[in-house]
Amino acid sequence: MEERKINNQTTLETQSKHEHTHGHSAGERLYIHRHSPIHELPGHIKLIAFFTFIVIAVLTPIQQWHSFVGYFLIIFLALGISKLPLLTLAKRATIEFPFIIFALLMPFTAGGESFDIGPVSLSREGSIAGLNLVTKATLGVFCSMILAGSTTAHSLLAGFVRIKTPSLFVQIAAFMIRYLNVINDQMARMKVARESRGFQAEGIRSWPIFTSTLGALFIRSYERGERVHLAMLARGYAGTLSSLSVEKVQAKHWRLGLCFPLMAAISYAVGKVFFS
Amino acid sequence: MHIPDGFINIPTASASAALAVAGLGYSVRAAKEKLDEKAAPLVGLVAVFIFAGQMINFPVAAGTSGHLLGAVLAAVLVGPHAAALALTVVLAIQALLFADGGLTALGLNVFNMAIVGVWGGYGAFLLVRKVLRSTRSAVLVGSAIAAFISVPLAATAFSLQYAIGGQGTFAASTVFAAMFSTHIVIGIGEAVITTLTVGAILKTRPDLVFGMKKAKA
Repeated sequence: MEERKINNQTTLETQSKHEHTHGHSAGERLYIHRHSPIHELPGHIKLIAFFTFIVIAVLTPIQQWHSFVGYFLIIFLALGISKLPLLTLAKRATIEFPFIIFALLMPFTAGGESFDIGPVSLSREGSIAGLNLVTKATLGVFCSMILAGSTTAHSLLAGFVRIKTPSLFVQIAAFMIRYLNVINDQMARMKVARESRGFQAEGIRSWPIFTSTLGALFIRSYERGERVHLAMLARGYAGTLSSLSVEKVQAKHWRLGLCFPLMAAISYAVGKVFFS
Repeated sequence: MHIPDGFINIPTASASAALAVAGLGYSVRAAKEKLDEKAAPLVGLVAVFIFAGQMINFPVAAGTSGHLLGAVLAAVLVGPHAAALALTVVLAIQALLFADGGLTALGLNVFNMAIVGVWGGYGAFLLVRKVLRSTRSAVLVGSAIAAFISVPLAATAFSLQYAIGGQGTFAASTVFAAMFSTHIVIGIGEAVITTLTVGAILKTRPDLVFGMKKAKA
């Protein structure tokens, strides 16, 4: 019990509602533990479904708007099945804001044919382009949030192996995910140390302090890399990771996983019929 | 801030992805040659370093702040091959899990930052080091110039992709002018941060700095 408490403190606050994690939480930053068919899907099926879905969506011309209604319904269906907390995901989605601003500028700046909404005059071409950007980017953001929320690091890495990602990249990603929290905690400790010496970040004058932190962070990361490498050699590492056991795949996993891109393809076709 | 889905069309994204794969193939060969089986853990930790380093916000003025991109910093510290691999993995994880950059735009982002940013920047670094006869200050000046150049260079690559397959209504020349001018300012910040960081590491562990190898201390 005591041990789990410590474990939970370092993971995200989102787990407070659903306390048990079956040990999945070790080192996870974005994963939100739920019991859902989406969570059960093996990593590579999710990666394939994500990629196919978003390629179909990006290839669809925005004028074919019926298709996009379908795409969003598919996303909401996946969200519903996954039982992921919508509020937490909405907070994560704020990363998209700068591009929304960019897209909102288009109706006001583009030329050509224009139309009026009340007192403002908007460019038709600009509105379509802005809508295109926001819609497709939003679909991508939703997909990646569902993947991040429902997939453990281990499942994702096993998925990379299954889709034949070159071994070196899988290993780099494995080390990156494994040590992300370690290095982040180290950075947080350095921040506390800086502030307890009376440091306050003010303007460009504070940069040398930050860069010496960065320098120290690099030296510590590099030395840790060397230590990890030696420890691995001592355990018989010869260039490949054998610890990424592959998940069991059942036919029902493929059926569920592929049903999302399949629905997207149908949605594309229906939209095309309406459009033409 | 990376390119999201739907901003550049799929043919352009595919072409960029092919170029990125070619560049990465070369980087993998070079990294394996230079680092052997040490490559995976070291590049992995460098990837964490870039990822974490990007989270430090440098206050600029009036409440605004910026962060490091790290292409040239990583290239000077561990070599361009390892830096390209680390940055690629960072970009892939950011696109897949953090929704920073679209999955269909991954090839574009990797090409601009991990290939053009890293190798272009490192080329500039080597040039400066050669001209200044490989001293410690040459490494610092080279880092500064390379870091400064790498940012507008990546922005230029983006503008080119936008000109070929952009899905916006802004004219390609407008986008280029806006991207180039803002990224020159960002490049100055990048140069200052990179140089100060390389300097801080040279003070304590000059043996770790890849760009110092073959240079006289």
